[in-house]
Amino acid sequence: MLAQLGDDAKLLAGGQSLIPLMKLRFANPTHLVDLNFIFGASYIKEDKDAFRFGAMTRHAEIESSAAIGKIPILHDCAAGIADVQVRNRGTIGGSLAEADPSGDWATVLFTLSAEVRCLGTSGERTVSVSDFIKDAYTTVLANDELVSEVAVKIPPKGSGGAYLAFKRSAPVYPTASAAVQLRMEGDICQDAAIALGCVGLTPIRAKDAEAAVRGQALTEKTMAHAIEAVRAAADPQSDMRGSANYKRVVVGALVKRAMEIAVRRARGEQVEVGHVYA
Amino acid sequence: MPDRIENISVQLKVNGKSYSRTVEPRKLLVEFLREDLDLTGTHVGCDTTYCGACTVLLNGAAVKSCTIFAVQADGAEILTVEGLEKNGELHPIQKAFGDSYGLQCGYCTPGLMLSAVQLLSQNPQPSDKEMRKAIAGNTCRCTGYQNILKAIQAAAQNMKGA
Repeated sequence: MLAQLGDDAKLLAGGQSLIPLMKLRFANPTHLVDLNFIFGASYIKEDKDAFRFGAMTRHAEIESSAAIGKIPILHDCAAGIADVQVRNRGTIGGSLAEADPSGDWATVLFTLSAEVRCLGTSGERTVSVSDFIKDAYTTVLANDELVSEVAVKIPPKGSGGAYLAFKRSAPVYPTASAAVQLRMEGDICQDAAIALGCVGLTPIRAKDAEAAVRGQALTEKTMAHAIEAVRAAADPQSDMRGSANYKRVVVGALVKRAMEIAVRRARGEQVEVGHVYA
Repeated sequence: MPDRIENISVQLKVNGKSYSRTVEPRKLLVEFLREDLDLTGTHVGCDTTYCGACTVLLNGAAVKSCTIFAVQADGAEILTVEGLEKNGELHPIQKAFGDSYGLQCGYCTPGLMLSAVQLLSQNPQPSDKEMRKAIAGNTCRCTGYQNILKAIQAAAQNMKGA
């Protein structure tokens, strides 16, 4: 159908971003192809080493699934997106395909080993999340392709992660967000992935900050170095949600908090996390 | 753009009653409920997916009816504020909103009550935190949230064993 309708067709998943964009006339598709009636596109499956989410799986379904207790950062994300009503409709596949710089899922999945399965008229291909997102509102999807599944590897033993977003109130996009995934051995951080959201055209991996903590004990000094690198990696724009400098400070603070929670979770502690409101 | 957009037929149940209509594909569910079915209890507040005044239950799940097309509700069961009352008896949530002074101007009230109904259907004895999370998508600009929380708590008590 997409191949027939061409450029002017848009896929409608949960519609919680697309319909508002259409009302503002930022999106003006001639045809909408509603994916909500496709049977079997919403599922959460656990394999030996990964979770697989059908593209049409709603945020609320991920939020309430017991399975994701194994990857707490996914719960932080699913339970924090907007509000109940939006989570009842919005989907993980739609969020990724929209590639909104302020979206939550892409930022979180940048810190995990996550792959997007793309299905098109010429077959199927699997792309890592970081390759999938090309630019603001732009993905590798061709006109005749859609997201069919998102697969997330279960992190190795000793891992912990956390996702925090800072926003004015529940339904709005965050001012800044931070996803951290660590692997600890005792007090030493063996591996780290840090992704920043809403402070660039795509989620940003803070590689210098990751290097600053990798192989280190997470002392005050090490953390301070990492946070400095986070602020340098952020590339925010000033807008109604705050000035560029303000967002740099916020994202640094979020990474610090997320790292502290990630460390506790890596030790096996249960820590409940919610999005932070102004 | 195509010259003419054909209307699409939809069949759905609203408040237990079956309806069969044809609608413009671009028509939003909230407009369909208000204009085509004359169910004006569901309000349009911001029309930007923010305020939650248009909240209805779609197959039991709270949704913002300004952010879903009417055609997407084909085959669905919708509950609006008009469907809360049964045989002339107010729903416990409606009684509780009145008794606890959980409304001032009343504009946000239908949406808030439906968010509360979804919460109580899944979690009959919610904590304060759970209640706050459940109504985070409903804006009350009279700032009456404390009494709204009291109302939900009271409804939960009254619905015990119901």
